[in-house]
Amino acid sequence: MPLELFLDLYSPPCRAIYIFAKKNGIPFEFRPVELGRGEHLKPEFLKVNPLGKVPALRDGDFLLAESVAILLYLSRKYQTAPYWYPPDLQARARVDEYLAWQHTAIQLPATNVYLCKSLLPHFSGQPVDTVRLDRLLGKLKPALQHLDQEVLAAKPFLATEQVSLADLMAFTELMQVSFSCLFALWGHSGHRAESSALATLSPQPTAVGCDLFRDWPRLAAWRARVEAALGPELVQDAHKLVLQPRDPRDAQQDPRLAQELVHRLQERLS
Amino acid sequence: MGLELYLDLLSASCRAVYIFARKNNIPFDFQFVDLLKGHHHSKEYIKINPLKKVPSLKDGKFVLSESVAILFYLCRKYSTPSHWYPPDLHTRARVDEFMAWQHTAIQMPMSRILWIKMLIPMITGEEVPDEKVEQMLAEVKNSMQLFEEKFLQDKMFIAGDHISLADVVALVEMMQPMGGNYNVFLSSSKIAEWRMRVELAIGPSLFGEAHDRLMRLAEWDSSTLDPMVKERICELLQKFK
Repeated sequence: MPLELFLDLYSPPCRAIYIFAKKNGIPFEFRPVELGRGEHLKPEFLKVNPLGKVPALRDGDFLLAESVAILLYLSRKYQTAPYWYPPDLQARARVDEYLAWQHTAIQLPATNVYLCKSLLPHFSGQPVDTVRLDRLLGKLKPALQHLDQEVLAAKPFLATEQVSLADLMAFTELMQVSFSCLFALWGHSGHRAESSALATLSPQPTAVGCDLFRDWPRLAAWRARVEAALGPELVQDAHKLVLQPRDPRDAQQDPRLAQELVHRLQERLS
Repeated sequence: MGLELYLDLLSASCRAVYIFARKNNIPFDFQFVDLLKGHHHSKEYIKINPLKKVPSLKDGKFVLSESVAILFYLCRKYSTPSHWYPPDLHTRARVDEFMAWQHTAIQMPMSRILWIKMLIPMITGEEVPDEKVEQMLAEVKNSMQLFEEKFLQDKMFIAGDHISLADVVALVEMMQPMGGNYNVFLSSSKIAEWRMRVELAIGPSLFGEAHDRLMRLAEWDSSTLDPMVKERICELLQKFK
């Protein structure tokens, strides 16, 4: 049985792993786990990852959860190019430092912004709670400021002079925040966006701090560098789901599940 | 100047680094950053770590934050025995998996218990609403269950037969609520036994020494608290209301 990756491309850590595997020519079976249908909560998936989260990996009998652990595993098993996780002691420490810090500084607040701005309205049918959104964006701001004003002032990428696992993880997280804001504006008009069109969009009156690539110029420049290093086609492919607004009819397919998800989201975001 | 570790042993992350360095006889200068006096906000410390957090490591000009990164750095630089971070692909992945999961699943909720049960009432004179306390305790209970069922299972230690970085990090974090007289080890004999094994492997004297400041927290005179820290704590209380 070949390597299996259990992913939902709506999830930034899943996209990071997808991009990493594709970029490095790692053969794998894509096992979709639709969070929006509660598939991560079902017994079949819990057998793969009892933590009930994506991404997850299955390599023969070996099961592995946690995106950082999965990326490190893949980089070691498939002996990927050294720049991803440099062998130099200090360079490697910088990547480790970002990968540790990002759990609570970036991933947690960024996910909450996305849930508030995109997922909760989608399942509840209610408009975005802007007071709550402002509060959640406020939690992300110090981290963005640190990256833009301190980290990227000293070097072109987050850990070293080249793209690494740190940039990969950050890239998919920050793209999520950025897209979720754009689509809340356009509503469910079925409007499609191309990633190149991002650059040409005129400034929208969005919630302050949401259009983070406009607010933080070094982050914007970094984003372009990372996209170039990963390959624009691969980035587009990985982001094809988040590049479109969700179909509102999806949420109503299983009203009981929608209610359950709304309840969980409210609890998490309160 | 040799290796410097900026620590306050009140913090679980600092205890993990301290215990690991001492256990492996890694020579270092202990630079005390007194969190209760707000030293982490001082101009001197901000120069070391602009994020104002402990622990930090300073090795010549190289400054590093994040306990997990510091532990890996020390392992590699000082070529510590391989059981701490096993070289086998799968075993190493098990350690990585726990080190990633623990940030939000263990460290955060355990630290919150100390705040809620002890520090907030002590400093503000007010209790956190019961509902919030119950929610926090339920979260911790859930994490402990997942820890036992997924990470520990029937093994001696998280990675298998030998203690690793994962066990040290797990245990120091689970000790945090003890500072507020809340014992998370009571609900599971499996976890209590694992705790004993880890303490023994570390050495009871070193383990006790590392936890002394935490265990004496109840004796601390909170009137000496730095005003800026006090303000932040009052803000924290508002969040829980």
